[in-house]
Amino acid sequence: MTEHYENNEILVAKKLVKYFPINRSSLFKREWVVVKAVDGIDFALAKGECLGLVGESGSGKSTTAYMISGMYSPTGGELKFKGEDIACPAVRRQQHLKKDIQMIFQDPGSSLNPRRSINDILEMPLLVHNQIKKGESIERRVIELLEQVELPAAYRFRSPATLGGGERQMVAVARALATNPSFIVLDEPTSALDVSVQAKIINMMMRIQKQFDLTYLFITHDLSLMRNVAIRIAIMYLGKIAEIAPATDFFKTPLHPYTQMLLSSIPVVTKAEMALKPAKIRSAGEIPSPTNVPPGCSFNTRCPLKQELCFTEDPVMREIMPRHFVRCHFAEMVLTL
Amino acid sequence: MKDALLDIRNLHVEYKVYGGLLKVLNGVNFRVGFGEKVGLVGETGCGKTTAMKAVLRILPQLARIPKGEILVHGKDVLKLNAEDLSELRGAGLSMIFQDPTSALNPVFTIGQQLFDVIRYSTKEKVTDKREVALKALREARLPDAERMLDSYPVQLSGGMRQRACIAFAIATARDLLIADEPTTNLDVTIQDQVLRLIRDLVEQKGTSLILITHSLGLARETTDRVYVMYAGNMIEMASTEEVFEQPLHPYTRGLLASVPRLTGGGFAEGIPGRIPEYKQPPPGCRFHPRCQHRFEPCSKEMPPFFDMGNGHQVACYLYQNEQEGGQSD
Repeated sequence: MTEHYENNEILVAKKLVKYFPINRSSLFKREWVVVKAVDGIDFALAKGECLGLVGESGSGKSTTAYMISGMYSPTGGELKFKGEDIACPAVRRQQHLKKDIQMIFQDPGSSLNPRRSINDILEMPLLVHNQIKKGESIERRVIELLEQVELPAAYRFRSPATLGGGERQMVAVARALATNPSFIVLDEPTSALDVSVQAKIINMMMRIQKQFDLTYLFITHDLSLMRNVAIRIAIMYLGKIAEIAPATDFFKTPLHPYTQMLLSSIPVVTKAEMALKPAKIRSAGEIPSPTNVPPGCSFNTRCPLKQELCFTEDPVMREIMPRHFVRCHFAEMVLTL
Repeated sequence: MKDALLDIRNLHVEYKVYGGLLKVLNGVNFRVGFGEKVGLVGETGCGKTTAMKAVLRILPQLARIPKGEILVHGKDVLKLNAEDLSELRGAGLSMIFQDPTSALNPVFTIGQQLFDVIRYSTKEKVTDKREVALKALREARLPDAERMLDSYPVQLSGGMRQRACIAFAIATARDLLIADEPTTNLDVTIQDQVLRLIRDLVEQKGTSLILITHSLGLARETTDRVYVMYAGNMIEMASTEEVFEQPLHPYTRGLLASVPRLTGGGFAEGIPGRIPEYKQPPPGCRFHPRCQHRFEPCSKEMPPFFDMGNGHQVACYLYQNEQEGGQSD
């Protein structure tokens, strides 16, 4: 395993692209349409970081997650994990890479096998990845995993159906931890749960991250949650990253008009939060279909600041403040609003 | 609050299932005034939807209502015959459901479905059905209403489908609109647009609104008054401002502390434990096994609403001695 990678960057994506061809043929006409799910995104994650990848449905955030975990292989671009190329599906990756990158899904009801006991579910990755040293008892290790996610040891005899939604998600976390990964992709892990359960799970995941020095890619649509969890935040819109910045700068000076629109739409519970919401830009329009991305800047159908340039030229990523990148021709205008 | 449009009194609902009886609603009291926007907040499985389905009498067949009254305009809905009931549903109350995809019929166009809704809600003969349907869609501020009328539900996006459902509901709702988690399946920017639409429409028409939601933020931004529900009981009721600035019930406080804030700074550890089994709910206050402040009386009897002034009511024995002027219902 090569342990040399630049700037401590554990995962690097360069011009990452994923297109899906869709057959729209009819009796009389052959026609293939291309869905540009992810259309050239660049980002990098430092070791121990938590990057929040935020976007609406159809923005390509889950596709990005699936490429990293090896469920899809990219159509183009570069994807490197610890300096090794991972732009291929998981079956073609080496064993240590599969072990190192784990994923937690949105719905634990369907990501855990209903016919297996919790014990079986946790044993499987331990056996597949030879995680049991000689003389160590597998039962001991399963109990240890359950303890790490604060579940009682007796739960190993139960089946997923007898657990609550939150407890099931904790089992999914324990399963991900079983292989001693260094990188976990979290695909909306709490969006199916109630807030009181979400609070518990997120706090636990943050403790686990510190304890095992993990790197998280946190995919979500919940910006308020990211405010409390992520170190950096990336906003995706129609397969491209619109804005990427350290969390504190991001919330202090959101620069992309789409970010402003997202922030103004979030329902909040306190007066202090209401004061933070941008008042000038309100939500309008809908995200266009990814089969039919508008020319120029893809946000031009909804943008309140759009000008002629936006319909002809696709903006490029610009570093407007230190480490704060925005893909908008008129990001400076947002500041003067 | 003397005049109430909807007055639910001591409502109990049970579900008969294999191996027992689920005692879901346990004496719910709930009132909505004329033109009022009321939020009904609670976590999954707390009985919010059951309570509202009981109002429209669309509970599943397994449900029994052993006790309680549901008064709409002073008439008990539970005692209405089929004819009066359909008149009430057609002309006064309507509901927007969580999932617009399953609320719409996939084999009819929006126009055909909308016209059916309108036809059964008025007694007058409708002559130009297309015109009436168009008017209803325009009223719900749908762009491109002409095209929408001839579209099938699959041809529309999730947000558009929900807007169509709102058009259906608002076309007939004269008195009360019940919105059951209307934006759960939508993205936040669309959620914002849909809620603004609902809010504007009810304000414009003077319709009362009940917003059922698990999102505290939505309740804060949309409603005048909020009921908090836990495991089949109303546990707190106050003006929206009061509930969010000075929550009293330990559950409400725990819930609010768990909400991630846009201002950052982390959030609480959540509430330990989980919602009780309805087959054998804990005696007394149903929250007491999870409550950090529980003491003797909590496990004996369900606390009544204590009036804390300003119309703020809370069902918790912690406030028994602080209440203002005697018990209320």
